[in-house]
Amino acid sequence: MLDRLAELFPPALIDLFVTSFWETLVMVGISGVVAALIGIPLGVLLRLTDRGGVLESLAFNRIAGLLVNAVRSTPFIILLVAIIPFTRMITGSSIGTAAAVVPLTIAAAPFIARLVETSLREVDAGLIEAAQAMGATTPQIVFKVLLPEAVPGIVAGLTITLVSLTGYSAMAGAIGGGGLGDLGIRYGYQRFLPEVMIAVVLVLIVFVQAVQSLGDWLVRRLSHK
Amino acid sequence: MIRLEHIHQTYPGPQGPVHALRGVDLHIRAGEIFGIIGRSGAGKSSLVRTINLLNRPSQGTVTVAGQVLTALDAAGLRAARREIGMIFQHFNLLSSRTVFDNVALPLELAGLSRAQIRERVSPLLALVGLDTLADRYPSQISGGQKQRVGIARALASRPKVLLSDEATSALDPETTRAILALLQRINRELGLTIVLITHQMQVIKQIAHRLAVMEGGRIVEEGDTLQVFSDPRHEVTRSLLDEVVPQALPANVIERTRALLGAAGHAPARLLRLTFSGAAADRPLLSDVARRFTLDLNVVHGQIDEVQGHPFGNLAVVATGGDADLDAAIAHLNTAGITVQEVVHA
Repeated sequence: MLDRLAELFPPALIDLFVTSFWETLVMVGISGVVAALIGIPLGVLLRLTDRGGVLESLAFNRIAGLLVNAVRSTPFIILLVAIIPFTRMITGSSIGTAAAVVPLTIAAAPFIARLVETSLREVDAGLIEAAQAMGATTPQIVFKVLLPEAVPGIVAGLTITLVSLTGYSAMAGAIGGGGLGDLGIRYGYQRFLPEVMIAVVLVLIVFVQAVQSLGDWLVRRLSHK
Repeated sequence: MIRLEHIHQTYPGPQGPVHALRGVDLHIRAGEIFGIIGRSGAGKSSLVRTINLLNRPSQGTVTVAGQVLTALDAAGLRAARREIGMIFQHFNLLSSRTVFDNVALPLELAGLSRAQIRERVSPLLALVGLDTLADRYPSQISGGQKQRVGIARALASRPKVLLSDEATSALDPETTRAILALLQRINRELGLTIVLITHQMQVIKQIAHRLAVMEGGRIVEEGDTLQVFSDPRHEVTRSLLDEVVPQALPANVIERTRALLGAAGHAPARLLRLTFSGAAADRPLLSDVARRFTLDLNVVHGQIDEVQGHPFGNLAVVATGGDADLDAAIAHLNTAGITVQEVVHA
């Protein structure tokens, strides 16, 4: 049994597995963090500028909303190649793992923004009213009331985003981004090694499961509702 | 302490503009508990929110503690709002903060240091009786306790005025009484002016010194609680009062008495409704009347209650006797300060 396994997965392939997994982690991790840095403020702005928000500005809200929806409706594989000039400007290259991080970030940021907006919308308007009655400024309302109250929802949203990014990262192979998905396609499909494909899928299942469980645990820890 | 002048408020609505407030003038004195009562949609919620300008009126001026709020800029208004505490029907506590940190919030917003905050919050928690629950989260305490947190939070910035927006409407009757007693104590001990809006006359009866009745965005009646309770002028006031003090004799009592008095062989008698308040209620007037005039008195219905520590109520009495005695007795009661109404004459 072990012999057969060693035969199927020679050390070179194991190395490739480790490298690919690391590439997936880099792509998902970096794009997740950068997308959160863009998406959370954008989500806050979407909430604040909406009808009845403390910074109500329907023109801004409509334009930002349109932009967010436009990016979210573009299929990822098209986004990946469509923004190549921009990717090259940022990373100096249009291929490789670093280059894949740019489109992943751009795809995830609006997704996070909508999820954050939704969690902020769940915060009872009465809390904002109470804060205003206490003489809170707009930044105070955001940082002392809205965001702390929405933290469990935001963490749940980031968990969903990381899982989606893991899926998207499989397409990064199209621009030489590497990662587990790419390994599965190149070795499992194109070289006809179904064991590799199955192993890739199994590793991804375990990874996604781990991310989701960690996220759920954090949400439970953070929520006092 | 609070002066509202010619307040109008209009919102755009789906069927054209909605007039929430139509010319309200109100003066609330320092140190009093002022109740605003009305049915839902009467405009009381809009009115209480104009006091701290959570609702900016379309017209009119709001003056609190000598400051014209409607003339302040954003920063000035924020500072002025720290002088006005507010408590809410649904408490509006932050679920992400403990009891202690909820009470600390207004102080954090005002930029106090951690040490100053600790110094202020602990006595407030003791005042509202929550010192042992400081580390709990709102989800772990009862509704009454949540409202106590709300009260402590409203008092944290040492306001001059406390606004209460249906603060007891989500609580059971016993908890309501306890919260009202706490508000009364705060009013007495801290000299805080309290404005409370409610749809429950019971709340007004228990703690308001004065009240205003609202209907259709206007104040339709205003006065001392005892005076309004004993002599309501407006139809809306009467109907709101009906839940605590029935405004008329129930029809079945009148029917029963009418049948009794109409029965063959019954001596001349009348069904009288006596309404009294204040000093008149403290004297033994019924036995006095029975002794002075040749009358038999039979109480068939009635209620005696207390408003602001003054007894107050009404009794329905069947008085049997000669017409001359009956007329004299009614005149005697009238001079003693009792309103006598003849319901059935037989």
